[in-house]
Amino acid sequence: MFVSFFLTLRRANVPASLREYLTLIEATEAGIAEFSVDRFYYLARAALVKDERNLDKFDQVFAHCFKGIEATIETLFGEVPTEWLKKLWEKTLTPEEKALVEALGGWDTLMETLRQRLAEQTKRHQGGSKWIGTAGTSPFGAYGYNPEGVRIGQDEGREGRAVKVWDKREFRNLDDDVEIGTRNIKIALRRLRRFARQGAATELDMPGTIRATAHNGGYLDLKLVPERRNTVKVLLFLDVGGSMAPHVRVCEELFSAARSEFKHLEYFYFHNCLYESVWRDNRRRHAERIPTWQVMHTYGADYRVVFVGDASMSPYEIVQEGGSVEHWNEEAGIVWMQRMLHTFPKSVWLNPTPERHWGYTPSIDMLRQIVGGQMFSLTLAGLDQAMQALSR
Amino acid sequence: MRFNGTDTYVTTEDLMVAVNAAVTLERPLLIKGEPGTGKTVLAAEVAKALGAPLIEWHVKSTTKAQHGLYEYDAVARLRDSQLGDARVHDIRNYIIKGKLWEAFTADSRPVLLIDEVDKADIEFPNDLLQELDRMEFYVHETRETVSAAIRPIVIITSNNEKELPDAFLRRCFFHYIRFPDEDTMRRIVAVHFPGIKDVLVRAALNLFFEVREVPGLKKKPSTSELLDWLKLLVAEDIPPEALRSRDVKTVLPPLYGALLKSEQDVHQLERLAFLARRDQRGN
Repeated sequence: MFVSFFLTLRRANVPASLREYLTLIEATEAGIAEFSVDRFYYLARAALVKDERNLDKFDQVFAHCFKGIEATIETLFGEVPTEWLKKLWEKTLTPEEKALVEALGGWDTLMETLRQRLAEQTKRHQGGSKWIGTAGTSPFGAYGYNPEGVRIGQDEGREGRAVKVWDKREFRNLDDDVEIGTRNIKIALRRLRRFARQGAATELDMPGTIRATAHNGGYLDLKLVPERRNTVKVLLFLDVGGSMAPHVRVCEELFSAARSEFKHLEYFYFHNCLYESVWRDNRRRHAERIPTWQVMHTYGADYRVVFVGDASMSPYEIVQEGGSVEHWNEEAGIVWMQRMLHTFPKSVWLNPTPERHWGYTPSIDMLRQIVGGQMFSLTLAGLDQAMQALSR
Repeated sequence: MRFNGTDTYVTTEDLMVAVNAAVTLERPLLIKGEPGTGKTVLAAEVAKALGAPLIEWHVKSTTKAQHGLYEYDAVARLRDSQLGDARVHDIRNYIIKGKLWEAFTADSRPVLLIDEVDKADIEFPNDLLQELDRMEFYVHETRETVSAAIRPIVIITSNNEKELPDAFLRRCFFHYIRFPDEDTMRRIVAVHFPGIKDVLVRAALNLFFEVREVPGLKKKPSTSELLDWLKLLVAEDIPPEALRSRDVKTVLPPLYGALLKSEQDVHQLERLAFLARRDQRGN
């Protein structure tokens, strides 16, 4: 029945499955949508979308697929046919005004121009002489002086509103490649969990106790086990200063979320690319430096490494000895990066630059290759993927 | 059986469609939304509207799927065996029925609320797949199958702390409760405070939406906070003028403690008030 709608949804990356599609058909047959497009929209949404992040995509696809249908219904039942409007118009206009309309090419041209301008114009407009808006001299808009002005946005459509629910796209901000807050980050970070029982035995082990008691001829024999804890260990390397300034907020959020989520978290700062030393306190970055070798020797290979940086720099800073903008580096950044990845095979790079801009900066591409393609954008979706990559 | 909202719960049309779809097709309904938008209350209201008994299962971080089905109290049986109690011979005495069992064997069609399903372990929803799909489960200890004669209406709420597995989602209808717009909010207030002064509501709502717009709030006040605040305003007999006064000194709304729950949010509001005051003096 709605196969093309369903397929378009899937093409738009809304993960709707066949089962959900069948549910929708079943529900439609049960009469839940009851001949109302609005209700059908609600029903389809409840049946096919299971994540509020996809609601916006769904709205767009729905608008795209059902635009025609809605229009048909509109002309069938709701709106006044154009012919009537025209008649009414001819009645109310004076002969001089009609002549003016003719001068502009007549009714049909006027309507055609209106349609074109509506398509061109995207913002609200006031004054001026071309765009559709209020109080101007353009023929289109309200409160204008042009005698053949066409009123727009004065009356409401069927059911008291001109904009359809799905056209409002109210769930726009829930799409998952925008805005991330600490709480959301924490949830994303939780994907990286490694539970293990370590330390002192403090919990009663029920199955163990029962087994031991049975062995003991029915007399109680208590068994204890250590508590389950998240034992994942993380090293966080943060790029600071320079081009990272615009991303400070999102990095702060990530940092505070990571601090509360991981018990074993060590963090270090670097600038642009990793070289022979890092630091932990930005105010004393020149005084207190930690050799990168020391980091690699201190922490075991079971640590997972997360680099956070925009990776935007001159390619020389990566491949050339002495390429660093801050000091003379004996060995190129790429050497240090490779050493790091060799010591800690589970590493990812989080990049706050929007993914669609990555192609324009050669250094991003280079670092991406260095980390074996494990570069993800610093958005919720990217973070999710990164954590999945780390927990593999 | 159709759900059209009740006189104490304002529903939007999309929520009604979702509830009715779940009721008609006997599938679980998954509800998400900002905290305080009435997710949990929905189940109680659906039960009330349909005249069905309500069975609530509140999920915690330690809850296991098995708890909803039944529990075998091995320790009690062990104790009884050591004391030589006669009850020990029948294992049935030590099977404690869970909420799902209760719902499956209810006399009339009940509404089962599984509250905050995301609090439990990641595997929790997966462990309930078969049970919610077929509405039956097997009791190993007594070797019997419990199946629902009448499929209960299942309403599940989630606060989005964990992602739910796809297989679980496929079996549910889904509804996201959006934060109510001003008109809906007015209706909600009218339902909860019949006979409240119109001027007060208008002033309070204006202020409420203004507070929600304040940038950088950690926890935006929601419907339930608004209702609490209104209750306080009415109880303290605060005049509407007090809410409307844009006096820079009283820029913190009266009784703001009901709206803002965190120290940082109050500070944020105070700071903005300070900036506003400075701007005004500058002019």
